[in-house]
Amino acid sequence: MPINVRIPTPLRQLTGGEEVVTVTAATVGAAIAELQGKFPGIKDRLLDDKGEVRRFVNVYVNEEDIRFLQNQATPLKDGDEISIIPAIAGG
Amino acid sequence: MDKHEGFMKALKCRECGREYPLSATHVCEFDFGPLEVAYDYDRIKQSLTRAAIESRPRTMWRYRELLPIAGEPTVGCQVGYTPLVKADRLAKCLGIRELWIKNDAVNYPTLSFKDRVVSVALSRSQELGFKTVACASTGNLANSVAANAAAAGLKSYVFIPSDLELGKVVNSLVYGANVISIKGHYDEVNRLCAEIAGKFGWAFVNVNMRPYYAEGSKSMGFEICEQLGWRTPQHTVVPMASGSLLTKIHKSYQEFAKLGLITDSAWHIHGAQATGCNPISSAEKAGMDFFKPVKPNTIAKSLAIGTPADGFYALKVMKETGGHADDVTDDEVRDGIRLLAECEGIFAETAGGVTVGVAKKLIASGKIPAGDSAVLCITGNGLKTLEAMVGHVGQTREIRPSLREFESMLKDEEKAPVAA
Repeated sequence: MPINVRIPTPLRQLTGGEEVVTVTAATVGAAIAELQGKFPGIKDRLLDDKGEVRRFVNVYVNEEDIRFLQNQATPLKDGDEISIIPAIAGG
Repeated sequence: MDKHEGFMKALKCRECGREYPLSATHVCEFDFGPLEVAYDYDRIKQSLTRAAIESRPRTMWRYRELLPIAGEPTVGCQVGYTPLVKADRLAKCLGIRELWIKNDAVNYPTLSFKDRVVSVALSRSQELGFKTVACASTGNLANSVAANAAAAGLKSYVFIPSDLELGKVVNSLVYGANVISIKGHYDEVNRLCAEIAGKFGWAFVNVNMRPYYAEGSKSMGFEICEQLGWRTPQHTVVPMASGSLLTKIHKSYQEFAKLGLITDSAWHIHGAQATGCNPISSAEKAGMDFFKPVKPNTIAKSLAIGTPADGFYALKVMKETGGHADDVTDDEVRDGIRLLAECEGIFAETAGGVTVGVAKKLIASGKIPAGDSAVLCITGNGLKTLEAMVGHVGQTREIRPSLREFESMLKDEEKAPVAA
């Protein structure tokens, strides 16, 4: 069973409008690399020049922020869901 | 420049500077940086003078050129211009020469500073043709969206964490808003709303309307300057949830200085958080320029944002202005609420207790020098967070309607004085 990745609106032009795409990677970092293979350019949008997740991008695995897990080393298993969400204000 | 967009020029990414049209969009497509409204300051300077401002009605819209709508405001026309109270008794308690309270606990119509941001966001939503407005909220924003949407005849959906204070829930429901309670904390509500906002064609005030919404907070800073006699205070203490208000107060002072409306150029902006949700203050105290998200656990629910979207910029503002941050425990929050109430007769919500408590710490540690002047930003009303104070204030004494019984009660209390 694959891993679903929910693509935020600003990135959908790279995925041909697809809202959800699937990967089979074993970690979040590998999933980003796999996305880059399928949708060239997407990695630069998610990671800065040091390879870190950009300051205003939040990545969640099954609704948990990967900064509370193991960041890009966070392991993935079949059926997991990754959400990529821009930081938003509020209160 | 499109003359139909008032004094706005474009939306601009704060990170890379790429420009976007003035639509309902909030992040840069390239690096996800937040978009901010860029203004034509040369034109603003020609029309926004002290005399012009002073001739206008006492609402936040007297600074209209610096607020991001194209035409005249259609929602929340009477918001703002809340009292700036000289707080001599509290100044004495905290040990500072001069202290002022900017009292948005009595902002119109829903008793919090959020009426400022909502009047801008909804006025702009109307200009962009939206019929349904929505927000993710820790309570005050939901109240304000619900009320202002009702008055404007707009449909509203507000999304809140399920553990909110009853007062804040009823205060949204009464206006007929669709109140959706989410089993989770605010950061989870926000994440869901980001996904909903991408799917439905609604004006989400803190998501796709954020560039306009956030600018409304500047009016609190404009008013502080004008009410102090066209000067900035040396120190401003601001509560931090997402960190947005703090950055916008700083921006308001910068804009007034740029336009020559004030002559001062030095001010210090300090940030206040609760210890149970202190991602920004702990980063500031550790001297870091980035924060680590936390899971909130505090009675200051309106500040319970563990992943603050403007945390990075708030840290930058404090560093640039020589300001500091600190945080206070739940007990210190209650002490702060009581102190403000007993000294100044102002009943603030928990966020106000946070601000007073942190100001007390910053003054005691000398980070705010005792000989200086400071303004504390009080952003919400204590009547909305009664739960926090129940059992922590004095008790009523019940007697029958009899003069003898009252006199006897007083006599007994003289013998054994009760704690006030």
